[in-house]
This record gives sequence, structure tokens and C-alpha cells, in this order.
Amino acid sequence: MATVAAVIASTHHPFYYRASTSTGGDRPPFADEWVAKIEAFRATLTRAEPDVLLMVGSDHFHQLWLDNMPQFLVGKAPFFDANWYNEEREFGLPRLRLAGDESLAAFILRSGLDAGFDLAFSNELRIDHSVTCPIITLRPQADLPIVPVYTNIFAPPMPQPSRFVALGRALRSMVEAWPSDKRVAIIGTGHLSLELGGPRQFGPHGPDPEFDRKAVSWIANGDLEGCLAEVTLDSLHAPGNATHGFMDFMLMMGVAGDGVKADYVDSLDLFHTMEAYFTWYPSGGPS
Amino acid sequence: MSKYLLDKFLYTVDRDPVLVEQYRSEPAHTVDWWEREMANMLLNSHVGEKSTWLSFSEEERRALVEQDHVALFELGAHPFLTLTLFIAMFERDHGPLEYQIAYARAMDHLHLPYPDIAT
Repeated sequence: MATVAAVIASTHHPFYYRASTSTGGDRPPFADEWVAKIEAFRATLTRAEPDVLLMVGSDHFHQLWLDNMPQFLVGKAPFFDANWYNEEREFGLPRLRLAGDESLAAFILRSGLDAGFDLAFSNELRIDHSVTCPIITLRPQADLPIVPVYTNIFAPPMPQPSRFVALGRALRSMVEAWPSDKRVAIIGTGHLSLELGGPRQFGPHGPDPEFDRKAVSWIANGDLEGCLAEVTLDSLHAPGNATHGFMDFMLMMGVAGDGVKADYVDSLDLFHTMEAYFTWYPSGGPS
Repeated sequence: MSKYLLDKFLYTVDRDPVLVEQYRSEPAHTVDWWEREMANMLLNSHVGEKSTWLSFSEEERRALVEQDHVALFELGAHPFLTLTLFIAMFERDHGPLEYQIAYARAMDHLHLPYPDIAT
């Protein structure tokens, strides 16, 4: 059976690429510290020696739209082109092409449907920065096949937070049951407190530092009980109007397991939002 | 109220570089043309399969023509769509982050709960 080589949860900040590649007067003062943290975080994936990346993210109204909106979708295709015109325009993100692992995608679709998750699928998915940001930060050579799993954290009505956790647990079980000798890293990205298009956007910190502090503690300690006791679809409006992206962190807590502390935790307080990085090694950690 | 149609306008304009420039320079013309020709288009089909029932309210049309991001927020347009398109149109006229911060300050009178964005 396949091995879960690493479980990684991260924010996906679309400004990282531009900040990290800019030079001279264009380079923001926080860039060097940010790059150092990302390089340390990247090493946690490199050490796990993955063969395949199962990547959880969320389409930002690129390919998935209100005329036909899935809640959870698995990409099954031999290739995924990546990044969109408006991401090049606003964030300077490069276009990418990633290989897909159709065997793992087919296995997740079949076992997910059989486990009670009515997963949608796409055979031609142009992925966006929720998946490409962690490629850029964690695997910039973009040399591993992926299976993208998109969640709806964007267009209400959305699934309950507990459903994200349940899907995370199921994904972990499915990967462990995949008849393959591959090493799979499960990587998911979301947000801590975040406001986009509202009065609290682009402040000196994330819109709710207290929520961010609690969120980092929940994730680092695998405290699903504490997290689920406080977080609801309604409560997530309070820390910022885009904070439902935190549910992808909750999904990743489900992947990592109840009460399982992260083996690696880091964060960076930036303007606009807090960055946070977590890695678990379910198999006991690389040598 | 047609939050869906507001969102459809913002979505279809934001993803098309020609329409972004057209909406920036000729908002009234763009909104008028879009409502006549595009509002009822199914996005993955041809003109023969157009819908028959979509149109803006007066208030929605005015908010789009006047490029009034505060009114769009109050009408329940998806804030991410509005922000992304308006950054594309207006950030270029300002210093780094100046536009994004001014965009927020224009909304300082708004408090939770924000308008419902469910379509």
C-alpha cells in the first residue's frame, strides 16, 4: 500500500512569488525573512522524498463558477495547466504545467464515492494559485505528479466545517489503502483570518490576530475538538469575510489526525494576513 | 435583486483583458452592451441556447456604471470578484497598496454582519 510520506498544511499567499523574486528597490523589506522561512518549510517536504502530491485547494472563481458549482472536486487528467490571466496580472504568477497521477485520482474518486462523499470530477482542470502557490514554495521544480482536490470555501452555501474534517480523514485512509508502493505527500492550503473586498482588508496584520493565534494552536496541536467546538460557518464571518478558507486547514487537521501534534510549525506575521506552515510525518519522520 | 447576475458581470469581465480595459474606459457603454448581449449567455454554450430571464435592477445597473465598489458590496456582489476586477482597473493609478487601502477606507462605515453573498 502507499505511504503517506508527509502531511503539509500551509497558507497560500499569492504575493510570495513576486516578493521572493524581486530585487533592489522593488524587494519588500520582509522578503528575506519570508524566503528563509519558506526554504526551511520546503526542506520538510524534500526530506519526505515524495513521489506524488495530493493537493487540496480551492478554485477562486476561475474554472468553477456559480452556474455549476461543486462542493468537492477531484481533478483526473494526465496534465494540469496552471494559473490564470488575472493571477498573472495581479500577482505576477508564472504559467505552469504539472503532470497528473490518474491512477491515484481514479482511486480517490471510486473510494470517496463508496465512502459517502459525492465527489465531482474534472478531466480538464486549469488549476489556480491555491495549488500553484504551494508548488512554488514547497516544490518549485514542479517535477512531481499531482492530484488536485478542490473544495468550495468561496461560494455559499458551503459544506459544514465538520464535513471538511471528515473528508480529510477519508483522504488519509484512501491514500493509505491505495495499492501502490508510492510515497504520497498530502498538501493542503487555506487561510487564517482574511478579509478581501471589505473594510478590514490590507491592514498591518491579519484582520483578527486573536483568531490567528488560536488557529495556529489548534493546528499545531491537532486540536480538532477545540477547533470544532468554536468554528462554525457563521462564526467564520467574524475574523474576516474570506476566513472560510480556514476550513481547508481543518480538512488537513483531519488528514493529520485527532490530537496529532505537527512535527514542524512556523508562522510569519505579514501585512494583510498571517502566514502559517505545518508539517506532520505520519510514518515517524524521515531519517 | 440579482446577485448572481452582478457576479456574472464581474466574473466575465475580470477574466477577459479586453473587457477589463473596455470597462475601465467606457463603463456605461460596457454595462449596456454586456446586459444586452452577454447577460443571458450560458458560458459554455452558443447564442442559440441563451437564457431568457436575466437583467439588472436599476440599482445594480447604476452601481456597475458608476463603478461604485461600496454599493456593489452592499448589494451582495461577491467581494472577491469586485476587488480583483477593481484592482485590475485602478491599482495602476496609485502607489503600492494605496488603492487597496483607500478601497477599504471607503467602506469603514460598514460593520458585521456584512450583506449576504449567497446567490
